[in-house]
Amino acid sequence: MNPLAQALVSGLLTGLVYALIAAGLSLIFGVMEIVNFAHGEFLMLSMYLSFFLNASLGWDPLAALPLNAALLFVLGVVVYYALIRRVLRAPMLAQIFATFGLGVFLQAAAQFLWKPDFRTVGATVVSGTRIAMGGVFVSGPQLVAAGGAVATTLALWWLLARTGTGRALLATAEDRTAAALMGINANHMFALAWGLGAACVGIAGGLLSTFYYVFPQVGSQFALIAFVAVALGGFGSVVGAFAGGILIGVVESLAGVFVAPAVKNLFVFGIYLVVVLVRPRGLVGKQ
Amino acid sequence: MKRFLAAAVALIVLAWPLIARGPYPQHIMILVLLNALLGTAWNILGGFAGQISLGHAIFFGAGAYTSTLLAQHAAVSPWIGMLAGALVAAAVALAIGYPCFRLSGHYFAIATIALGEIAVIAVTNWDFAGGAVGLFLPVEGTGIAAMKFDDKPGYHYVICALLAVALGLSLWLRGARAGYYWRAIREDQPAARSAGVPALRYKQLAIALSAALTAMAGTFYAQYVLFIDPPSVLPLSLSIQVCLVTVLGGAGTIVGPLLGAAVLVPLSGLTSAMLGGSGRSLDLVVYGGLIMAIAVFEPGGLVAITRRMGTDLRTARARWRERT
Repeated sequence: MNPLAQALVSGLLTGLVYALIAAGLSLIFGVMEIVNFAHGEFLMLSMYLSFFLNASLGWDPLAALPLNAALLFVLGVVVYYALIRRVLRAPMLAQIFATFGLGVFLQAAAQFLWKPDFRTVGATVVSGTRIAMGGVFVSGPQLVAAGGAVATTLALWWLLARTGTGRALLATAEDRTAAALMGINANHMFALAWGLGAACVGIAGGLLSTFYYVFPQVGSQFALIAFVAVALGGFGSVVGAFAGGILIGVVESLAGVFVAPAVKNLFVFGIYLVVVLVRPRGLVGKQ
Repeated sequence: MKRFLAAAVALIVLAWPLIARGPYPQHIMILVLLNALLGTAWNILGGFAGQISLGHAIFFGAGAYTSTLLAQHAAVSPWIGMLAGALVAAAVALAIGYPCFRLSGHYFAIATIALGEIAVIAVTNWDFAGGAVGLFLPVEGTGIAAMKFDDKPGYHYVICALLAVALGLSLWLRGARAGYYWRAIREDQPAARSAGVPALRYKQLAIALSAALTAMAGTFYAQYVLFIDPPSVLPLSLSIQVCLVTVLGGAGTIVGPLLGAAVLVPLSGLTSAMLGGSGRSLDLVVYGGLIMAIAVFEPGGLVAITRRMGTDLRTARARWRERT
């Protein structure tokens, strides 16, 4: 078994899931310049959804993915109208604290309702499977999660680049006044961005639930990595965030194998700082 | 009226150990004052200069670790350790500020989160600093010289003195040249620079002062709990609390951090967060809801609410006078 190839492959697979989470975060930021500090909690809610659907109705998390996406989309839209719309013109601090407060609220509510226990989703189609390819082992759930993440990001990219709605969204991101003059309702576009961003993280949560523990704080670590991926790729660029997510997954995995698992995040944050100081707007951001 | 109110509050705070005899209310007051100090320190950078740091735990940890390591290895007094910690924190702050102040807004905030996480990982894996196990403070007697006391009132007056220093500094800076420059930078940096404000130099001054005061709070905290480890003095949640205290009260004002601490500490799970959680989280549900409410309804913080109430009161009084 080749440790380098193994580390690269497993880093790539993890990185693709990070990439999907980061893409959703970046979409929201790109359209309205608000960082969603509750992004990790959206992920956590989606994972609990998978868990409860599995525990009470016996649904396979993979089969439930459309439901995760749909419910999280609704959550995103509701959060926009109930909370975000009210702080659109507020100072940046108020915006940070609106979403940050939402994150604290959701995490604490989850802990209160569902206890801080670590839970695992029962048997799924993919659990326990493992594939060997040229001396590299790949776990089935991770492979499926990575594949699902790629498919979802491609769908998001298609929606943004090839449909009228997507173009309206990008136009709003570019210049909301000009877009409004063209008859695009900025409010609807912002709500759509929140819905889509949350739906992305909803799918990521469903995919992660097949092999990751479900607990109230599960979102924090993923959200932190997503912030870094988004900043690394350049705020607001979905493609950049996706690339950032993959890069982080690979760096984390290589550092874990070749340096020490305890310090892998040192490299993740270190790389981020280096990139951001050399290119303050990220890898693909406009300079 | 304002002066009278300030004097009354100061008097109550100073007499608190005589008013509240039990250790628990005394402990809560110490935490209120500690958080007020942290908020006041954060406010210099975040409120006055408008640079949102979510990594202030780095400086708190620098103060706690520097003084503790000096005490352990060289039997240095915590008072000297406090100054050393403040210097170390200021140096770290300048090293962070020099590259990171090229970033603005969200970018700067996220860079400070990343730096905070780096600090946690680095200290957790640094055996000399106790690593993940943490450090116990050597206790060789109590008293003012050792900054350690057998009961709460001693700590109470130390933190009162530190807070007074921080408030005095803030008041002075607000009216000094630096205060005006910071306000200009906060409102519109390009405009400030084109008007000749050396933005980087003054942002560096803000972060260094803010870090030094935060580090002094860190040294105090170490003397108070006598044990430090990365989750207690370096966590992201601490950085966010510090920021919250200020924002809740009103960023950029002198009273804001004090008001924020006075409301937030007793109300929220701040106490449990700083001294080991209790596992219940209903308080955090309220806390999260409160943060959202402040952000939505009054981004200016509690200070803005009281000011508005004051204005309402004055207009009501004036109207009443007109009628009679």
